[in-house]
Amino acid sequence: MLKGENITKDFGGLRVLGDVSFEVKEGSIFGLIGPNGAGKTTVFNIISGLLKPTSGRVTFDGKDITNRPPYEITGYGISRTFQNIRVFREMTLLENVLVGMHRLFSYSTISMFFDLPKKRSEEKTLREKAFEILSIVRLTDKADLKAESLSYGEQRKLELARALATEPKLLLIDEPAAGMNPAETEELMEEIVHINGKGYTICLIEHDMKVVMGICSHIAVLNFGELIAEGSPDEIKANPEVIEAYLGKEEQSA
Amino acid sequence: MFLQQIANALALGAVYSLFAIGFTLIFGVLEVITLAHGAVFMMGAFAGLIAVTKFNAGLASTLLASMIVSGLAGYLIDLIAVGPLRKRKFHHLAPMIATIGCATIITSTYQGIFGAEAYRFPFDFVPSTSYDIGGIQLTLLQLIIIGISLFLMIVLIFFLNKTRWGKAVRAVAENPKTAALLGIPVEQVFRLTMSISSAFGGAAGVLTGLNFNTIHTFMGGPILHRGIAVIILGGMGDIRGAMAGGLILGFSEILSVAYISSDFRDAISFGLLFLILLVRPSGIFGKVIERKG
Amino acid sequence: MSDLITSFWQTYNTLFYTVFVHGMLALSIYITLSCGQLSLGNAAFMGIGAYTAALLTMKAGAPFGLSLIAGGFLPAAVALIIGIPTLRLSGVYLAMATLGFGEVVRVVFLNMKITGGSLGLNGVPLKTELWHLILVMGILIYFFIKLRNSRFGRILEAINEDEVAASVMGIRATYYKVWAFAIGAFIAGVAGGLNAHFTFFISPREYGFEPAVDILTFAILGGTRTLWGPLAGSTILSILPELFRFLGPYRLALNGIILVLVVLYLPNGIVDRDTFSNLKKFFKKEENA
Repeated sequence: MLKGENITKDFGGLRVLGDVSFEVKEGSIFGLIGPNGAGKTTVFNIISGLLKPTSGRVTFDGKDITNRPPYEITGYGISRTFQNIRVFREMTLLENVLVGMHRLFSYSTISMFFDLPKKRSEEKTLREKAFEILSIVRLTDKADLKAESLSYGEQRKLELARALATEPKLLLIDEPAAGMNPAETEELMEEIVHINGKGYTICLIEHDMKVVMGICSHIAVLNFGELIAEGSPDEIKANPEVIEAYLGKEEQSA
Repeated sequence: MFLQQIANALALGAVYSLFAIGFTLIFGVLEVITLAHGAVFMMGAFAGLIAVTKFNAGLASTLLASMIVSGLAGYLIDLIAVGPLRKRKFHHLAPMIATIGCATIITSTYQGIFGAEAYRFPFDFVPSTSYDIGGIQLTLLQLIIIGISLFLMIVLIFFLNKTRWGKAVRAVAENPKTAALLGIPVEQVFRLTMSISSAFGGAAGVLTGLNFNTIHTFMGGPILHRGIAVIILGGMGDIRGAMAGGLILGFSEILSVAYISSDFRDAISFGLLFLILLVRPSGIFGKVIERKG
Repeated sequence: MSDLITSFWQTYNTLFYTVFVHGMLALSIYITLSCGQLSLGNAAFMGIGAYTAALLTMKAGAPFGLSLIAGGFLPAAVALIIGIPTLRLSGVYLAMATLGFGEVVRVVFLNMKITGGSLGLNGVPLKTELWHLILVMGILIYFFIKLRNSRFGRILEAINEDEVAASVMGIRATYYKVWAFAIGAFIAGVAGGLNAHFTFFISPREYGFEPAVDILTFAILGGTRTLWGPLAGSTILSILPELFRFLGPYRLALNGIILVLVVLYLPNGIVDRDTFSNLKKFFKKEENA
């Protein structure tokens, strides 16, 4: 479904990604892991159009989406969350989700000004839909609260809901378990599996190995911008280079 | 005729570069577009005027006085308006709006004190001799302007590359957080940069006052537009860009006045600005603007 | 009693009209600020609208309403031209471009014969009446109220808060920023047309950088979180100068001081989203006490 081919990214003299290739199969939960600074979020930024690769290609369902602007890529069916949570803090939860549903709205300025039936029916229908999405992440009771009043974990859920609202085929989730306790993480894993079950393909960046090994069907490992391994969870667990990459980092910080 | 215009263009361009260098340095280090730079330019011009008319200062002292006054103004602007905004998380437009406020305060105050009329330097403050260099007639004044501008630019480049504080400035421009971790006093660097840059603005002011022999409280506006055009043309934050852009603008204006019409000289800078925004918004030396996740 | 009212009106009707015009101008900059962009060109747009409308009524005998609308569309068209390349970039670029643009407009007005050059246009017919101003203001307020709970209002707010996140939600930020900028220009142009037809005389000086800063101050002081903020700011700052006339040129410094103080200490301006509910709570407490 999603293919990255020979993606390289340089920032000035610094090579952040070197010749990275991967494939995300439709319907799967794909894990992208690696030590901090390995370039994982950069991959997401390139896929979602926020960065241009120095060289290489990204294709989605056969279509070349390299260098396309972010809003266009969302239109093709790719959505994402951010590592450092970027919900719209001053807007309510419902409004956040409604923004996510941007693609589904189409009424014009005139419609808005004259309160034409098209505007009223779209607002009504899509608000109801937004409520449903909030119920998937169990946040309906806070729908009219400002996003900034939410706890950290709840904001993560909101971001997920908002990403789902764009009706994507592929969902890129960046470190959703960061800062969560074991109970929350367990809930998160269930939710992701549940979403995947509904037909959304998922590509996941995550540090928590329990999550990665628990729900991913396929994993790619990055280290220093290079792809060092790819395969099933069992294969990755046993891969000596992967162990080295992680252990090496641990030794440095020890 | 064309050769003669080169002299005018160089003098004009040199001052534009000088002004733009301060402007672009503030952006490069503090990541702020200060719309008060025109106001400190005007302050420098008046400081020079007062130094000459009230204190009979010579050229060097006049220049020094301008730079000190403007440098101090820049320091105060950072202390009172721009600095406090760094401490808290504000809207990205807030610093710019604060500098607009400062510019308005400065300009109105000067208008209250000095009124709207045009002031002049004493006749022959700079003797009106001219020299023939390679077929071009350059007046002493033009030579002085070009010379001082070049001198100040060289001093700045030396400062940035060879002195401890200068390297600190560059480090902060690169990445303030990293610089702080390395033990560099980032706040002081910000203040220093504002002061030096404003001082350069003031120098440009007094040189412009000499060049056109007109000093008035409205002179901050036109130069600000040109400064903006120059830094966008040259690439925001890039000193080479400011120098190149200043020269390009100087030449464009002189040539357009000579060969097209003088009515629209003030519009040339906007024309260049618009063109660059269409074609290459990052400017000549600028890095391509990318969004990040 | 009616004599008092009549004489009051005779003295202050221009001020009253000006309050309306300033309110419109404040709303014109508000819509661009609400998506994170700073336009310093709304005074210039006002000027384009003023000259267009005035020339149409004076030289072409056009009906007032038509002149006003034309005076709105021309600045909007110009806004599209300068906005499209500029608004691809961050909000500071629009500020810088509109600063230079304002200067260009001033130079053009000064040099065109049809605009009367530096002498300006004299003898603009006195067509603006109070009901015109109330009607236009009413339409504007209605527009902004409709905007708030519509997809456009949410889009603008999303762009303002986090343009990157908004783009990832499928929002084509540049398109909507240009949309807002052009609407702002339209409003400023209409305000200019209305203004010209009660001030009788217009000149390039009225549409330069200082008025642009005035307009910005209206919006910043009043607050850019609700539509009432800019209206509050413009009303206060239209009346205040009358009180501070004695300060002469220093009066403009007041604008600067207000800008700096508000930006530093009252970043959301006087009127914030919960100002009304807070006021209600406050008065309820007083009642119960």
